Amino acid sequence: MIRILRQIFRTGIVTEPLPDEVTREIEAVGLKLEAAVRERFRRSITIRQVDAGSCNGCELEIHAINNPIYNCEKYGIHFTASPRFADLLLVTGPVTRNMEIALRRTYVSTPSPKFVVAVGDCACTGGIFGETYASLGGVDKVVPVDARIPGCPPTPLELMQGLTHLLDGAENKK
Amino acid sequence: MSILKDAIISQLGADVTFVEGYQHPARTVFCIVPQEKFVDAGKAMKKAYALLAAEWATDETTFGRGYGIFACYRWGHEYLIVKTETTADDPVFPSLTKQFLPAWRFERQIQSLMGVTPLNHPDTRPWIKFEDWPEDAWPLRKSFDASKPLPRVEGEYKWIKAEGEGVYEIPVGPVHAGIIEPGHFRFQAVGEDVLNLEERLGYVHKGIEKRFESLSWDEGYRLAGRVSGDTTVAHSLGYCIALESMAGCNLPERAHWLRALFLERERIANHLGDIGAICNDAAFAFMLYQMMRLKEMLLRTNHALFGHRFIMDRVVPGGVAVDIDTAGREVILAELDRLSKDFERLVVIYEENPSLEDRVRNTGMLKPKRAREICAVGIVARASGLNLDCRIFNPFPPYDQYDRLELGVPVMITGDVHARTWVRIQEVRESIRIIKWILDNMPDGVISAPLEMPPPDKAGFAAVEGWRGEIIYWLQSGPGGEVNRCMVRDPSSVNWLGLERAIHGNIVPDFPLCNKSFNQSYSGHDL
Repeated sequence: MIRILRQIFRTGIVTEPLPDEVTREIEAVGLKLEAAVRERFRRSITIRQVDAGSCNGCELEIHAINNPIYNCEKYGIHFTASPRFADLLLVTGPVTRNMEIALRRTYVSTPSPKFVVAVGDCACTGGIFGETYASLGGVDKVVPVDARIPGCPPTPLELMQGLTHLLDGAENKK
Repeated sequence: MSILKDAIISQLGADVTFVEGYQHPARTVFCIVPQEKFVDAGKAMKKAYALLAAEWATDETTFGRGYGIFACYRWGHEYLIVKTETTADDPVFPSLTKQFLPAWRFERQIQSLMGVTPLNHPDTRPWIKFEDWPEDAWPLRKSFDASKPLPRVEGEYKWIKAEGEGVYEIPVGPVHAGIIEPGHFRFQAVGEDVLNLEERLGYVHKGIEKRFESLSWDEGYRLAGRVSGDTTVAHSLGYCIALESMAGCNLPERAHWLRALFLERERIANHLGDIGAICNDAAFAFMLYQMMRLKEMLLRTNHALFGHRFIMDRVVPGGVAVDIDTAGREVILAELDRLSKDFERLVVIYEENPSLEDRVRNTGMLKPKRAREICAVGIVARASGLNLDCRIFNPFPPYDQYDRLELGVPVMITGDVHARTWVRIQEVRESIRIIKWILDNMPDGVISAPLEMPPPDKAGFAAVEGWRGEIIYWLQSGPGGEVNRCMVRDPSSVNWLGLERAIHGNIVPDFPLCNKSFNQSYSGHDL
């Protein structure tokens, strides 16, 4: 136990104090995000992530925004296990034929008002997988999309920025 | 002198034809047997203690031939590929499932996607192809138009059922609770005890193997890098090595060394993430956040030095796309020192925590005998007593300098969650050492060589040790020198079978822990 405590104190809070460029940028984005979340979603926004056919690259980066360095929970962004509690669906991958029905069902299960954000090049356009018998292409082929965060995969910072932009322009959907 | 070659000759005699010059590299033996001897060849391999590494089919109608069925066997450092042919009018082949368990799914996949029927196969249900696909849609056939969407038809999947008092069923997925890939698991349980687990995968089938055929040789590496995003380096590497050996390209030494550097960095990053996630699933969140912090450190260095957090698209046909200078070397050495110090502290915490130990020991056991049966590879195999590692058995430079590198391969025999975690921990240590050694000894020179396109009707083979385990690529060029077939075998294709076996005798709440300790790729399996 003493080792755990010692390691915790030794590590400290890694989220804030790093004085480098990246952290300052995260902070700026984060504060903006926090303000938007406060105003529009009564202090917290709940996200359900859906992999509709991704290669798992985007999932790694979505994991990363939950790590102690980016720590998205600090800005009121929370990932949930069920679409029924979600305000926002974060969809990755080209939508595969085999996932189409599951994605539609997840969308229907999410209460309105809801947002859909397509994450990664594949979710935006189908990417390298294109439109074939197995891949239907971008997420907007299946469910309406409110925002896109391109990148292969988008970096954690791009993910956080993408969410801010979405929430900045979210007024009309309230 | 090849043990597998001798074994197949002594069983089949004159019936086996060895083909020289068709498949590269030449050290992988390639032979053709008549259809009725295909199973005998499998039996000979089994007798020689070989394991089945992969089984796949090719459409060779563009050559004026029928379909080809290939089985790839591995024993130690030897690979042997047996081919048999079947006609285009009545495409069938004898099943190997009774000899080798992983053939069960390989052959269902051949039937589903190529429309070549395994005879005497115990399970005729489609695999990856869902019940709502038209039955005659065989995407890997040349006659199939991949650009058209498939209509949906009525159909039903026949699940394995369990009956009896108190038996109930838990369906899970395809959309899971965490931030992970989709797949369906169906448990039959009594109380908390799992009677049976049946996996159903294929949700992320993106038609990758077919897609390769519509790309040129020098575009394919990008697609290979997206077969499984967490293994992007190893997959591009597999594709590139197979292509380069087909095209007869000799790489500069430095390119090989840089590839090894990327491969080891990918291994460390993923192992750190896994060790943390396994502990998190045993309710020890502290470790997850500590490990994620270390992983993030690594990914940032990757981004700063190589321009991508996962080093995606940096392994290219003919070499690598990015070099490292002295300053970069210093950055990595300093980073590894920091990493290693923190990591060792965390390992002590892992070892000393009794409540963690209680969860990870004797949970999700895959006994060595079962691991052999399913022909497991990679960390799963090494945690269950199988000493397999392509870095030793099928090396490229610098791994072939055994006496200088002295690569250590951790092997455990308990096969439980702890064993799979401990193998990862030891591999992180070893990879840190290898990276330092690579940086200290890397030869100077250029980092890529010109690559000519491969000649028609040739094949290339590659086996690369990704962080999950052995990845196999097998490429075949068509009559005009184009891509005729690109077979991808991710370690997940066989290791998923291990999870179904490991869960027996465990309780339902331990499933996430077992699953995480395997952490197999859905995308790499479904393709």
